Amino acid sequence: MTALLGVQNLSIAAGPKAPLVEDVSFAIGKGEALAVVGESGCGKSLTSLAIMGLLPSNLKRMTAGRILFQGEDLMTKPQRALQAIRGNRIGMIFQDPLTALNPVMTIGAQIAEVLQAHRPMDRAAARARAVELLDMVRIPHAAERLDDYPHQLSGGMRQRVVIAMAMACGPELIIADEPTTALDVTIQAQILDLLVELRARSDLSLMLITHDLGVVTRVAERMIVMYAGTVVESGTVAQIMQAPRHPYTAGLMAARPHGSFRLTGERLTDIPGTVPAPTKRPPGCLFEPRCPRAGDLCRTTRPDLTAEGGRAYRCHFPIG
Amino acid sequence: MTATPSKLRLFLRRPSGIMGLALLAAIAAMALVAGYVFPEGPTRMVSRPLLWPGERPGLPFGTDRMGSDIMAGIMYGARASILVGLAAAAVSIVVGTLVGAVSGYYRGWADDVLMRVTDAVQTIPSFLAAVVIVGVIGPSLTTVIISISIVSWPIIARLVRAEFLRLRNYDFVHSCRIIGMSDARIILTQILPNCLSSIVVASSVLVATAIIVEAGLSFLGLGDPNVISWGSMIGAGRSVLRAAWYITLIPAGFVVVTVLSINLIGDALNDALNPRLRER
Repeated sequence: MTALLGVQNLSIAAGPKAPLVEDVSFAIGKGEALAVVGESGCGKSLTSLAIMGLLPSNLKRMTAGRILFQGEDLMTKPQRALQAIRGNRIGMIFQDPLTALNPVMTIGAQIAEVLQAHRPMDRAAARARAVELLDMVRIPHAAERLDDYPHQLSGGMRQRVVIAMAMACGPELIIADEPTTALDVTIQAQILDLLVELRARSDLSLMLITHDLGVVTRVAERMIVMYAGTVVESGTVAQIMQAPRHPYTAGLMAARPHGSFRLTGERLTDIPGTVPAPTKRPPGCLFEPRCPRAGDLCRTTRPDLTAEGGRAYRCHFPIG
Repeated sequence: MTATPSKLRLFLRRPSGIMGLALLAAIAAMALVAGYVFPEGPTRMVSRPLLWPGERPGLPFGTDRMGSDIMAGIMYGARASILVGLAAAAVSIVVGTLVGAVSGYYRGWADDVLMRVTDAVQTIPSFLAAVVIVGVIGPSLTTVIISISIVSWPIIARLVRAEFLRLRNYDFVHSCRIIGMSDARIILTQILPNCLSSIVVASSVLVATAIIVEAGLSFLGLGDPNVISWGSMIGAGRSVLRAAWYITLIPAGFVVVTVLSINLIGDALNDALNPRLRER
């Protein structure tokens, strides 16, 4: 079985000596949810932009690797053929619902625009379909909301509209770039429930980009952890959450607040240091300067991705 | 959901907006009815020259050196001022918006070239440039409009470019690119409507500036010699300034009132259209 989306050896660079994403590979099967986890600047959003063809042109020139959607390479396909896939069979949910909607257009007009871009449809039919979509994302009194402007809706409602736009053409894959980061915690839970529900209903594949490990366990089955533009660990969410092999993953999990609200005097553990800049990456393991387990080997040789029992990690001295 | 007051209502809530609108409406009405009140035109000799205002009934503003009615000159002159102001502002807005949109949306070399041209035009003192352009092409209403437009589009171009630079990175623009919308359509239907309020506010200042520049050019004798304007009336009164200062003062007062009313409208528009200033 070929995967729905396969990213193979994707590299993106800002210049000859400034790699931003290095040799990233992963696959998403039909109906599967993959979480991409990592801190800001680790290349997770760039990867999603590359899949959607939204990289700025100076980065586009320095991009290598293959992005396969149902076996077709999106990097080499002509622009016209891509339009039939992007926005149609692959939908995108953006981070900030405030900027993802045009403030001077009604939400009905914006949904209709997506619909009419991909298939001929008259105004009335597009409006009717827009109401269905708003119903599907649980917006109450959808028909009355159609002529509202984005500023008349709350943040959570706006994100629902963005999801409705991503779902408009019945996509097979949704890429969600930090879909709940800009929302209140209670609204976050509602939006995540909605994503889970939509997936269950229409056998949708999901690529969820996040830095929130709580979101990962709630939504995804498999995950990859990225650090400084590389994949450092991949596997099922259960495997990685129970027993992380890479010290960075372990550090991320230790840095989460846990326990009750009772003040026990414990401080949150953190990972010392910062991510190396793309131009100042160490010759050895990228995580070596911040790693508590680093040895001499880590300073000289960059570890390869080691596959083992359905999961993989990039470390000379893995945990466990 | 509470009803948000419409932009028109917000505009009308400002006393300065109503005031400006009323003054401008009065001046526009004068320009419109000039042909009916004075069918013979503004330059016909109606009485003895240099009659003071109120000296003879029927001539509220008196007569100038040639014995023509200053009231008629003011009403016909309003036409020239308003026409030049609106036309020059319109040309500047179209050119400036086009330049700003292209350079802000595409960035890269197009941005570099267009912005260097804009910078170059902006370094030229605008009134002097207008004098030179009219001096070279020759005075007529069209050349006055063109020369004012040439010096005033960079303001709009920079404003629109800044708005485009901000908006082009918004996710809704990304979504439009994802669904394969053409660049022209994204610029015209998605981004441009979001900058309209800033353009409207800036253009009200532009109209006022154009009226002042036109008056200045006419004062220097560089206006259209066949069209009477407030500037040319001010210029004509110069030689008798000490004996009959009203000839200069009356048209000058009208320039001041017109420009003031447009600025008042601009302020009120800014308050009404700028969401950040609302509820103050």
